[in-house]
Amino acid sequence: MTAIPTSAPRARRLAATPGQIALALAIAAFLLMFLVLPVATVIYVAFTEKGTSNFTLVNFYDFFRTELFMRSLWNSFYVSAMSVVWASVFALPLAYLTTRFVFRGAAIVQTLGFLPLIMPPFVGAVAMQLFFGRNGSINLLLDDWFGFKIDFMEGLNGVIFVQSVHYFPFILINLSAALRNIDRAMEEAAQNLGSSGFRLFRRIVFPLAMPGYLAGASLVFVKVFDDLATPLLLNVKDMLAPQAYLRVTSIGIADPMGYVISVVLIVASVTAMWLSARALKGRDYATTQRGGGGLAKREMTRWEAVLGYGTVFLILALVLAPHMGLLLLSFATIWSYSPLPDAFTLAHYGRVFGESSVYIKNTLIYATLAGGIDIVLGVAIAYLVLRTKLIGREWLDWMATAALAIPGVVLGIGYLRTFYGVTLPDGTPLASLWITIVLALAIRRLPYALRACYAALQQISVSLEEAAENLGATKSRTVRRIVVPLMAGGILAGFVTSFSTAAVELSATLMLVQSNSDAPLAYGLYVFMQSAAGRGPGAALGVVAVLLVAACTFISHLIIERSQKAKGMGH
Amino acid sequence: MLNRRAALAATLGLSLSASFATIAIAQAPAGKVTVVTSFSKDVTDPIKKAFEKAAPGVTLEVQNRNTNAGVKYVEETKANNQVDLFWASAPDAFEVLKGKKLLTAYKPKATGIPEKIGSYPINDPQGFYFGFAASGYGIMWNDRYAKANKLPEPKDWQDLAKPVFYDHVSIASPARSGTTHLTIETILQGEGWENGWRTIKNMAGNFRSITERSFGVPEAVNSGQVGVGIVIDFFALSAQASGFPVKFVYPSVTTVVPANVGIVANPPNKAAAEAFIEFLLSPTGQEVLLEPGIRRLPVNPAVYAKAGDDYPNPFTDPRFQKMIGFDVDKSEARTAVVDTLFDQLISFQLDALKGVTKTLHEVDAALAKKPNPQAKALADEARALIAALPVTQIQASSPELRAAFTGGKEKGARQAEVEAQWASFARENYAKAKVKAEEALKAAK
Repeated sequence: MTAIPTSAPRARRLAATPGQIALALAIAAFLLMFLVLPVATVIYVAFTEKGTSNFTLVNFYDFFRTELFMRSLWNSFYVSAMSVVWASVFALPLAYLTTRFVFRGAAIVQTLGFLPLIMPPFVGAVAMQLFFGRNGSINLLLDDWFGFKIDFMEGLNGVIFVQSVHYFPFILINLSAALRNIDRAMEEAAQNLGSSGFRLFRRIVFPLAMPGYLAGASLVFVKVFDDLATPLLLNVKDMLAPQAYLRVTSIGIADPMGYVISVVLIVASVTAMWLSARALKGRDYATTQRGGGGLAKREMTRWEAVLGYGTVFLILALVLAPHMGLLLLSFATIWSYSPLPDAFTLAHYGRVFGESSVYIKNTLIYATLAGGIDIVLGVAIAYLVLRTKLIGREWLDWMATAALAIPGVVLGIGYLRTFYGVTLPDGTPLASLWITIVLALAIRRLPYALRACYAALQQISVSLEEAAENLGATKSRTVRRIVVPLMAGGILAGFVTSFSTAAVELSATLMLVQSNSDAPLAYGLYVFMQSAAGRGPGAALGVVAVLLVAACTFISHLIIERSQKAKGMGH
Repeated sequence: MLNRRAALAATLGLSLSASFATIAIAQAPAGKVTVVTSFSKDVTDPIKKAFEKAAPGVTLEVQNRNTNAGVKYVEETKANNQVDLFWASAPDAFEVLKGKKLLTAYKPKATGIPEKIGSYPINDPQGFYFGFAASGYGIMWNDRYAKANKLPEPKDWQDLAKPVFYDHVSIASPARSGTTHLTIETILQGEGWENGWRTIKNMAGNFRSITERSFGVPEAVNSGQVGVGIVIDFFALSAQASGFPVKFVYPSVTTVVPANVGIVANPPNKAAAEAFIEFLLSPTGQEVLLEPGIRRLPVNPAVYAKAGDDYPNPFTDPRFQKMIGFDVDKSEARTAVVDTLFDQLISFQLDALKGVTKTLHEVDAALAKKPNPQAKALADEARALIAALPVTQIQASSPELRAAFTGGKEKGARQAEVEAQWASFARENYAKAKVKAEEALKAAK
């Protein structure tokens, strides 16, 4: 890419090479084209005066004066913060036990612990209600045996419960990747100095894994803040994201407030990400020696093992209950106001068998491409932000992160507006090609991959790259041969998160799907879940989606483990 | 990848040759006809199969979107339209499309379909969309749930306001569900503006939830999460046919409204689009509606001969003859106002409204045991506070208020301002009502 730098390492880091500038411009162009521009065509309404389309901020004045919106804003903050707390409670033991100890079936636990993230739309909600709802299996049994019920799924606490079960894998996967990246020498040094047990974890291990934890926690916070599906499924409307959605999608209401709320969501999300970046600023999380292959894995004593496996089993049982409900639902004939279905059948699988193959193929293609685009962009942005001094490089990060806060339907409408007028030579609109769906998915899931790549790069010491360059490697060769291989775990974590969540995305997809032959699984699910008779087949399709993503996740965990072994991880 | 590209090229080639064919012989429909619909697979699949059998050479491409997304989609893509037909329940969605000049007029040739069903015209008078099936609104409930919670069978809207149904009723938000909007509008037209809102608010005090999509209500009733739902008939009828333990009743104040189909402006395959409409309105097409998974009411009276005896027939059943006349223009003029009032007075204040209602139910129970005129007077005051409205019937259809919701060219009150006003009106009234209700409860005990 460029000539071998000749200046001293410190000075070199201050400037950017032409290659880096070109890369930054290319990414900026991509984000402008496929994120900023389409979204701007929709949300500029927030800044216009009614009747005149002049620029105004009066809509924001209205927002802050309305009791409902202020209540929603506060509720959203509260729910997001509490969800982070509970998600941490679920994720910490799983991550710690599986990476810190010799734990049989660690890959299976990691895969299972990842599954809650893949809750197929609609049908997942039904399954969850049938299990945890006011008249779900658990409450019907409780009522029968003890005469009381627990409101798992009522109001804000219900939202917190469902969200933390749903999104704790963000913390799990990022924290696990970070724990694997810690240099064993650090831990050994601490042990030599007499530290052990919980103190060792609290003072040495956890702080070193901080970038991974914060990456996950900030994702949980922002995702919960911006999520509309769960509150709506629990019929909680006084939160910000549902308010935006309800307004944007109502017919005949050309009302700027929906877009005003979208802008508020974007600002809040970017601020949260900025704060989490601030928290890490001025500290160095990088460790140099990479030969150790992560933390030493300890054998557990017998009682530790009982406790460890017990904890893992309990957490998994709780967070996977919705999936058990889904599985039951897919085999159920009628399941109504009873702890278990009336009878079981295989007919639903028979019904979806024929048509699901095209959905599966499309889902795999779209999600893989989207995940691929995301990690390429994620690595590039992380590298530019952390390793160069380009002016405005953080803007790339913030722009990409803002995608989290944009309701899928807004992005979908934006794509139609921007790209439907653009036609191919034969007259087909650009927006009707399936690649548009891939781009929308990639943009929507980019923040996940970006956070993972960012955290991974934060843990790599820059001195390794400097060494490579001092030995004569070019910048691009250094990235290729040193940075990317060392980031592999984080990149894979990012890919898996983007891939699997893209596989069940619906809101933007629903706007963009043009024909059944181009439709992904989530769309097939939606089509089934609009009628009473479609509930079983919908659940069957949901199980197919979960299995599909689980298989892909499991394979990537095996790859991680193998690469760790290859790095010479003794125990 | 190669395969996909080949397939794409093939379909493109196919549709190109198809459109040449339609130019050559205008009367022989062929090729792909694309329909945007809100109907589920259980409805579209059997109809697609029957249609493709009746019109060989035509493929029906179904794009499934909810009604709102469908309207937005057709609107956003009008510059290069690829959609032939719009097919959905809510007549107001078609009114929106018609108003934006996104539909093509057509005159169906099918015979045997009367002009009106109940008192509702089946087709759009200007010929932009056509009713193909009728639906009425009513109350659906889960039998197992009702038995376990000892709920009586509801017969009419007012029944749902009784204390026994507290926290057992569910409805979709009218702003989100075209069918629920019609239900609310039907009650308002049937009972009058003031009394109608009183009935609605009394019911709303018993609401368990207000869902954001129409199907959310039957889904919750089917799975027994909620006991009673206010729904359109086919949700309940098709659930029954699928074996769910649910029942359904048409209340006295209701109406039947047609579900519609229309040709989108500048359709790529007009001949096939017309063929689809003709098929839907033909006896063969109408009979498909009787299938257990669909269960809609055909608009051709002759077809009911093929239906079972227990199948509701709006053309002979006396219940339907009593149904009120539905004034479409009146509804159209105040759509946004009614939906927003519902959201601001009920959806977003539901906890407060339920709180007062619960106390008032307790007062009623106490009064039943031991009459007390003072407590009764206080409770009546509380009820009057709940029923109060920030807007009169005339204001609701006034151009000034409509302008606030259209985002139109004229300056004036912003929607957010109006909403905030109504919300604080409701909040204050419910708070005052709560105080009165608690005084009443103290007096009654």
